[in-house]
Amino acid sequence: MSAPIQLQPGETFILNVGPQHPATHGVLRVKMEMDGEYIVKAETVLGYVHRMHEKMGENRTYAQYLPNLSRLDYLGALGYTHGHVLVIERAAGIEVPERAEYIRAITVELNRLASHLFWFGCYVMDLGGFSPLMYALEDREYILDMLEAVTGARLTYCYYRFGGLYNDVDDDFIEAAKRFIPRMRKSLKKYAALVTGNIIFQKRLEGIGPISAEMCRKYGATGAVARGSGINFDVRKNEPYSVYPEFDFDIPVYHECDSMARFKVRMDEMEQSLRIIEQGLAKLPGGPIMAEKKPKNIKLPVGDFYQAVETARGSFGIRIVSDGDKNAYRLKLRSPTYSNMHLFDEACEGMMIMDALAFMGSLDLVIPEIDR
Amino acid sequence: MILNTTREALQSLFAESAPAVEVEAGAPRGNGVITCDYNAHGYHLDAKVEADQLLAAVEIIDQAGFFIESITGVDWIKEKQLEVIYDFARFDFDACRVVIRTRVPRDQPVVPTITSIYAGANWHERETHDFFGIKFAGHPHLIPLLLPEDADFHPLLKDFKA
Repeated sequence: MSAPIQLQPGETFILNVGPQHPATHGVLRVKMEMDGEYIVKAETVLGYVHRMHEKMGENRTYAQYLPNLSRLDYLGALGYTHGHVLVIERAAGIEVPERAEYIRAITVELNRLASHLFWFGCYVMDLGGFSPLMYALEDREYILDMLEAVTGARLTYCYYRFGGLYNDVDDDFIEAAKRFIPRMRKSLKKYAALVTGNIIFQKRLEGIGPISAEMCRKYGATGAVARGSGINFDVRKNEPYSVYPEFDFDIPVYHECDSMARFKVRMDEMEQSLRIIEQGLAKLPGGPIMAEKKPKNIKLPVGDFYQAVETARGSFGIRIVSDGDKNAYRLKLRSPTYSNMHLFDEACEGMMIMDALAFMGSLDLVIPEIDR
Repeated sequence: MILNTTREALQSLFAESAPAVEVEAGAPRGNGVITCDYNAHGYHLDAKVEADQLLAAVEIIDQAGFFIESITGVDWIKEKQLEVIYDFARFDFDACRVVIRTRVPRDQPVVPTITSIYAGANWHERETHDFFGIKFAGHPHLIPLLLPEDADFHPLLKDFKA
């Protein structure tokens, strides 16, 4: 056995967090230069699950590309496929029946809830509390069962089609969703008492990982990260799309700029998603779920088309540069966690390692979505 | 309205006032600012600038309080050009999406970095360098981000063969 390495005072060492590390929840590596327990400098190393989704967008038709979108963020996949169908519908001028848009909104919000629940459970587990994960996964299971019944998948959904949906929802789904809302509200109260109100938990997160509003702007951080820094930004409100203007819901904003603020934003968002689902179910119109006038093989006009949607993690953008062919000339995916993660390097300087991991969890990372 | 003030500010970059109407899709266009139909395209302003005007244009956008959405490239192999596209949007309710684009020759693709203005451009520029080989002059750390560290290929170029 070799003798332990003695560091001189002020001497730093390199610590590799990842690429296989439980706190990163995926294959992410952060190279940290440490002075004892403190981070002097951090450098995020990406690309371990890079699959070149953008190149795949160029060599398959728009419809063939649909399943790719749900493989970016496997926790909130519906939001991403929603963005893709919306940009194609915008470019090709396809009118979507109202019923289809309502069902899209309901299912996207259910998916957002499932994503937030999973993040909530894992985040608290990262911080040392094991049992909330079990409660959260139980609630999430109800959502996955509901979505599985209508979409045919539990995670990698391919449910939306250009001009509508693949499958109409049945009475069972509507009944299950109606039963789920009061159940989830009860759970949210439980989480508030069990976790949010817990003094140890609060002390662990308050003041950790401060991100100023200006930093969000310079890095393009969106979603709960921006809303935890006092920025009232949600694509559903700022640039309304689909049938979101029809719903009455609030955007939770906290001004503390710390990990606790981001935590509270997501917890409050779950209630807002429930409100949207509730109103959607009440207002759900009848009628077709697929546009009547829709070309069989979609070709977009020549030009440049963009669509932003609010996913569980922030503002997701998709740009299609079309040369009039049946597949995209260039397809760009703007992923929200990419920008949210980017500020980690700067923000964690001077932080203690365990605080940095608590901060990283509050960013709600999904690595395949960063790497694409 | 931020849309009008931003358009006027960007227009000041060009000597003669550029047409403020949408050009026909696919038609070759010169430098200038055009106002786009948001419902059809998903953004409001589209400014095409020379590479040496880029920093001035981004400076205007930064002063106006926009946040950076993304940076990407497009390979126009027939025109022997590479295009770099910058997307900006706003946090407030005055919805305005601005696209700034510039084209550089394919055999010498160099544009200035905007990391001094938007720190968040760092990864976006590294990614664009990975995929297209576009060099961002002055970038502090232009090494592969998503591709392997020894990657010497640029997969989104149209003449890339796996």
